[in-house]
This record gives sequence, C-alpha cells and structure tokens, in this order.
Amino acid sequence: MFAASDLRKGLKIQIDGQPYIITNFEFSKPGKGQALYRCKMRNMITGNQFTQTYRSNEKFEKPALEERNMEYLYNQGDEFHFMDTDNYEQTFITREQLGENVNFLQDNMKLDVLFFDNKPIGVTLPIFVNLMVTVAEPWAKGDTSGNDTKPVTVETGYSLQVPPFVVEGDKIQIDTRTGAYVTRVKE
Amino acid sequence: MLDQKRLQLRAAFFQAIRIFFQDQGFLEVDTPVRQPLVIPEQNIAHVPSGAHFLQSSPELYMKRLLASGCQRIFQICRCFRYGEHGRLHLEEFVMLEWYRLDADYSDLMLDCEQLFRFLEAEVADCHFPVSLAGQWDRITVEQAFQKYCPVSVNQALQEDRFDLLLVENIEPHLGSNIPTFLYDYPLELASLARPKASQPEVAERFELYMSGIELANGFSELTDSAQQRSRFEEEFNKMGVRDRAQRKMPEFFLRDLEKIDRAAGIAMGLDRLFMLLAGQNSLATAVTFSPDELDM
Repeated sequence: MFAASDLRKGLKIQIDGQPYIITNFEFSKPGKGQALYRCKMRNMITGNQFTQTYRSNEKFEKPALEERNMEYLYNQGDEFHFMDTDNYEQTFITREQLGENVNFLQDNMKLDVLFFDNKPIGVTLPIFVNLMVTVAEPWAKGDTSGNDTKPVTVETGYSLQVPPFVVEGDKIQIDTRTGAYVTRVKE
Repeated sequence: MLDQKRLQLRAAFFQAIRIFFQDQGFLEVDTPVRQPLVIPEQNIAHVPSGAHFLQSSPELYMKRLLASGCQRIFQICRCFRYGEHGRLHLEEFVMLEWYRLDADYSDLMLDCEQLFRFLEAEVADCHFPVSLAGQWDRITVEQAFQKYCPVSVNQALQEDRFDLLLVENIEPHLGSNIPTFLYDYPLELASLARPKASQPEVAERFELYMSGIELANGFSELTDSAQQRSRFEEEFNKMGVRDRAQRKMPEFFLRDLEKIDRAAGIAMGLDRLFMLLAGQNSLATAVTFSPDELDM
C-alpha cells in the first residue's frame, strides 16, 4: 500500500482494479489547512487520463506489475509477438498498446515487456536504437532555403528530421523517448 | 543555485524589506529557532531537532515580545514544516513576520499594500506580476464560496471539503489582476485569531493572494488567554492527542497573553514572494540552493 505522502510523478498505483501512472503531481496546502495531493494519471492499459486531488488520509494499492526481458519476434497484422528468452514462452501485444513504440521495433530486439496481472500491456524500449535509413532525398548543395534538417524514413517506416549529410543506407541512432535523431552510426 | 544576478536581487529584496520596516518604526527581533514545545496546530508537522523541534513559525515568541512592551516588531527567519515539498512548498523556508500592538487585521492589509509598493519602487529589477495600483481586492471567504463553489462555506466545512474547494475552485481566481485579500475565516480555522465582534462565527483572519498564490496569513490576535487555552484544547482534540501528558500547553505564552489588549500579526512567505518578483514559477529556482542541489 502507498500513503498519500508517497505520491509523486512516475509512481504507479492501482485504482478500481486498473494500473495508473502519475504523469503530473502537485502538492498543495492552503494556509493552516490540510495537505492535498493533486495527481494527473494515465491508465497504463487504455491510455485514458484523469486528474484527481487526494487527501493525506487516503491509501493506494500497488498494482501487480512485472517486467520481463523478452525478444521481439515478428508481427502479424496488428499483433506483435514476443518471446521470453528464459522459458521460450510467447505472447503478443497489440499495435494500439504499443503506441509510438511500434516505430522503433526491430526483429530480435531485446526489451522489457510489462505485465499487469500476468497480461502484457506494454514495452519499455532501450533508450537508443540504431535504424537503417531507407528513404532520403539527396541534399541539394547550395540549398539556400536555410533549412538545416531534412526528412528521412527508416526501416520501420518511421519518418523524422535529420541533418542534411544523412543518406540512404546510413544507420542512425534515435532516442526512443523523444523519437529524435541523435547521431549517425559508423559500422 | 542562484546566479550572480539573482543572488544580488535576493539580497536587495531582503535589504529593502528591512529598510521598509525600520522606516516605519518597527524593531527587528530574533527568537529561538529550536523550541521544546510547538504550537498545537492540527495540520502542521514539526521537524524534530534532538529533544526539541524546529519552529514552524516564531508566532508565540513574537507575541510574548509584544506582551513585554514592544509596540511594533518584525523578524525574518527560517521556518520548517515536515513533509511539505512541491512547486510552492519547501520544508525549510524564509518567513517574514510582523506584529503591531493596538492594531487589527485591516492595519496589516494596509502594511502589505505599502510594503509591496515600496519594494516595487526601491528594488531594481523586481517585477510584480500584477498591478499594485489602487485599493487591492477584498473578498470574504463566504463570498468566495458563493462565487466560485457549488456549495456554501458551511456545507463545505460539514462535508470536510473546505480545503479542497479552496485550492481547486477559489485560489486560481485570486489575485490575478491585482493582489487580493481573502478574509473573515470560519472561527474553527483560525485557532489564534480574534472572533469578529459583529459576526462571532468568523475570525478576523486574512490571506493575501497574488497570481493565485498564497503569500501571507494575518489576523487580529486572540488576546483572551482563557479562550486561547480552550482553542488549543480543541486543536489537541482534532489532532487526536488523548494522552494528557502530551497535551502540553505553552503556559508562559498564555500567561504573557494576558498583558496584551489589542494586537495584530502576520506571516509572509518570502521565498514565494521573491519567486514571483524574480519571474520564476517554482521555489526551486528562487532559493539560493534547491533541495535537489544539496549533497546527500
């Protein structure tokens, strides 16, 4: 159980049988009054968000969350299949549950799959992934438009802005938290 | 950590406050930070220091100085409140308190207006987020509930929703164009304040707001020692302190209180005020070192 004074940004709590993560947190306490804990929360399964203010006497259950290290195998339509590298058990996660993460999945990638009550609900990617550029417009030398980036597409179909010197066939490193270009990778 | 420019601004800010009060004939005083006995208050947790506690406010000792014959006193000191941390809360913060003999809460409201105007005029590079011109807004707690809440103040108290509605529905509206005084609090929420003669169910207590942020809490002091003792008893009851031995009364304070006839006092959070003047939106970037910057 968590007490209200444990609440903070990033904490995961269970409400009405559902796991929530606190995405925004504000402590307040009007002069001589009670402490109040205002939380913005996201349902870790549905993605729905809501805001609620709690008082210091409230208690919260800890959600039964477990992370397992797994390997991404393949996708079949909107089902993305993963395998537990310890016991070879397989499971799948839907495209909807993966959200933006789908942009960075590579075959045989090792990552953490999050389970709630033994059902997979999401993945935690490595912070940096290296992906091959599959489509890039050549950079016109003498381009005077003043743009210092150009759009490219990588092997997963994800498009992003990169510096002009990146060409088709390059491997680039991407920050999966922001989806932004980090650097060109030499191999 | 504050940069050079902001360190200088903070120093100029403190200096101007001292000059303001000295010019008005206030005596600067200092009182013990470590105290064996704390003010019985339901919603304040104290930081222990050995067998003592760090003060949550110098209030009781300031009033004892009034009782000893001081007419006007002020103090800038560190106060501590356990478990309070957030954008607008630090466990350790700087408080300004001032007290006037033969005065009531309306005198303190005028002090606030003059102090802020003095700071605006005297401290270079300090920028108040709202206009200070003209008479500041005044709204009673009862009016504020009528205006901004689905229920009356009495209903909110009965349902134990007063603080929640204050924070969620009322505070965001206060002091957005001009500083605002929220005043005349339900008596049960002002254990050291004097009941209003014309309306004994409220206390002559106010809070000053600017940009939705609470900056100061002032009141006409309750100077009836017997009544103060019974208010402390009520606080002990609310705190659930049943053990007689733990219900320690500040007896020297209660004794000295009998020597005061009329008085008023106020506590202002200077880190919050400085935060607003320096254009910051969190205390973490308004104090010299934020808690995150301390060695662990």
